[in-house]
Amino acid sequence: MDVFLETFLNWRIVQEAWPILWQGFQATLLLSALVVPLGLAGGVMIALLSTATTPWVRWPLRVWVDTFRALPPLVLLVFIFAGLPFIGLDVGAWGAVAIGFFLNTGAYYGEILRAGIESVPRGQIEAARSTGLTRGQAMAYIVLPQAVRNVLPDLISNTLEVVKLTSIASVVALPELLFQARQAQSVTYNATPIMAAAVAYFVLLWPVVRLLSRLENRQLAGRR
Amino acid sequence: MTGWERFTDSFFNARVMAEYLPKIVDGFVLTVWLALLIIVAGLALGLLLAVLRAFGLRPLNWLIVFTVDLFRALPPLVIIVLLFFGLPNAGIELSGFVASWLALTLVLMAFAEEIFWAGITSVPKGQWEAARSTGLGFVQTLAFVVLPQALRITIPPLTNRTIAITKGTALASVVAVQDILGAANAGVSFSFNPSPLTLGAIAYLILFFPVVVLGRWIETRFAWRR
Amino acid sequence: MSPAPIVDARAIHKHFGHLHVLRGVDLQVAEKELVFLIGPSGSGKSTLLRCLNRLEEPSAGSVTVDGIDMLDPRTDINKARQRIGMVFQSFNLYPHMTALGNVALALRKVQGLPRADAEAKAQAALERVHLADRADHYPAQLSGGQQQRVAIARAIALEPRVMLFDEPTSALDPELVGGVLAVMRELREDGMTMVVVSHEMGFARAAADRVVFMADGLIVETGPPGEIFANPQHERTRAFISQIERH
Repeated sequence: MDVFLETFLNWRIVQEAWPILWQGFQATLLLSALVVPLGLAGGVMIALLSTATTPWVRWPLRVWVDTFRALPPLVLLVFIFAGLPFIGLDVGAWGAVAIGFFLNTGAYYGEILRAGIESVPRGQIEAARSTGLTRGQAMAYIVLPQAVRNVLPDLISNTLEVVKLTSIASVVALPELLFQARQAQSVTYNATPIMAAAVAYFVLLWPVVRLLSRLENRQLAGRR
Repeated sequence: MTGWERFTDSFFNARVMAEYLPKIVDGFVLTVWLALLIIVAGLALGLLLAVLRAFGLRPLNWLIVFTVDLFRALPPLVIIVLLFFGLPNAGIELSGFVASWLALTLVLMAFAEEIFWAGITSVPKGQWEAARSTGLGFVQTLAFVVLPQALRITIPPLTNRTIAITKGTALASVVAVQDILGAANAGVSFSFNPSPLTLGAIAYLILFFPVVVLGRWIETRFAWRR
Repeated sequence: MSPAPIVDARAIHKHFGHLHVLRGVDLQVAEKELVFLIGPSGSGKSTLLRCLNRLEEPSAGSVTVDGIDMLDPRTDINKARQRIGMVFQSFNLYPHMTALGNVALALRKVQGLPRADAEAKAQAALERVHLADRADHYPAQLSGGQQQRVAIARAIALEPRVMLFDEPTSALDPELVGGVLAVMRELREDGMTMVVVSHEMGFARAAADRVVFMADGLIVETGPPGEIFANPQHERTRAFISQIERH
């Protein structure tokens, strides 16, 4: 037990590693604030394109979305970070993360928003158009607000996953929380910094998990 | 060299691809094994926790809910790193394969428990009452009446969640497992050419593209028909 | 002196939080008797019915059915419930099983019959409710009236000593009520002891031995249907009956 405390919950080490960890924590927040809007923007684009009726848009879009849902995000990230420089495209760690997350999380957000748009009855668009709103106005004022509301739990859930996923940026040496914790561990020869990072993630995300489990219970019960 | 030649020479270099294809195939097999072991253990443990939770024992349920929340809130890579790089400091050595398997199993367990539990609670009270009125016991009612109905509506969310977590097997490459990505990374650093990464990406697409399409089909098939 | 009643509930109280739903109810039912419970909604009649097979736990009082003390913790409640069939307002058929599967489940899992025997018995029960030809149908493929008759078959297949009906026709379209009532009447003619909560006054008149009127968690008045309907003694009963008759 002492060994365990000494190794994983060592207060002296936490103090020692604090400046490094704090930098990492801030970087994780910054990274999340970058990639969540980026993914959402990609998602909205995909969802709007998927309302197109022509198969020349729908099918390539579907293949695009399923490709990026099938590729593990880490594979995509490594490909961009370590592969592209071979043809002279060196985008750096932040650039690689931004592109990778745009492609990956955009596909997921796109699927969710598409399902949301499809859940809004056709009569809503027809009613809006009958009062003289344009197609774009009907989308913006009538359909999208209802769509977002209908899939809100899925949107929050995906956002939670995106924030958790920022930890893979440590693989391309972007100094976010996990990377900094590994650095601190290698300096202190002690696992406490990683434990501290885990605690930080948990404290940050637990309220979201609680909220989600409420929403999801309600949603599944409503499906019957 | 033109830009196009440079591109194909880098990403579709036949000589390099031929050289590293066997390694990628080995990695493919390893990834499939890891994924299957995670799915079997994660779903079984998740179902077990959901069933235990149905008994309604307060302190036990608090423990289950906390465990589930914990593994839903922690990034899988953090858990893998903690198990693989952290535990040795306390004198416990796990192989990268075991650390990855354990971490992702715990994550899938947590998500699966949550989904199974939502399914169980969505079965109307009248089903319990009807079954109990014919003399079926609590466990019998759960097993024969409630769970079959609960499982049916959990299939779509469970499928998608399982696919998403299984894709996390690529994280194992971080702890030196020679899965697809691990083998591809090794190939790149030996050959100074990113073609092994192309092979790896293709391997993942072969593995997961059909699964994603299947998940999409299951979603539309099961979701609104009752 | 009449023989000992088959259902004997005494001084039943039931609280739901601050609500006092049953305030000391006595109900005795003789063998082969059909007792009709009527009363305004919230009078406690359904709660009383559910106390008889302990789907609700009475807060106080005693319940004996066929000589078994239902509230004794040593009683094997699952065994005891086999002698008490129950039919619900919302049918509560298992949607993932066929009609035959619904009826056979308890025969197999509680009585431990081999599959073939259980299914033969279940088939016979479905025959009694005139649905032998629907054995392979799932609940979603049956009309409401047919579903309720399958629910009756599910209960009678266990050969209960008493049947409890909790508003069995309230959820049905009017044209489907007749088939369910016909099955109940046949049960009655076969000598089944029945306790029925329902608003089907015509059925009560024609088939009940005794009508019990409840209000505010108490039994207000009890007697043969002819007397209760034609000549109620209490003001509450009179008001309730005249209101029902108007519909």
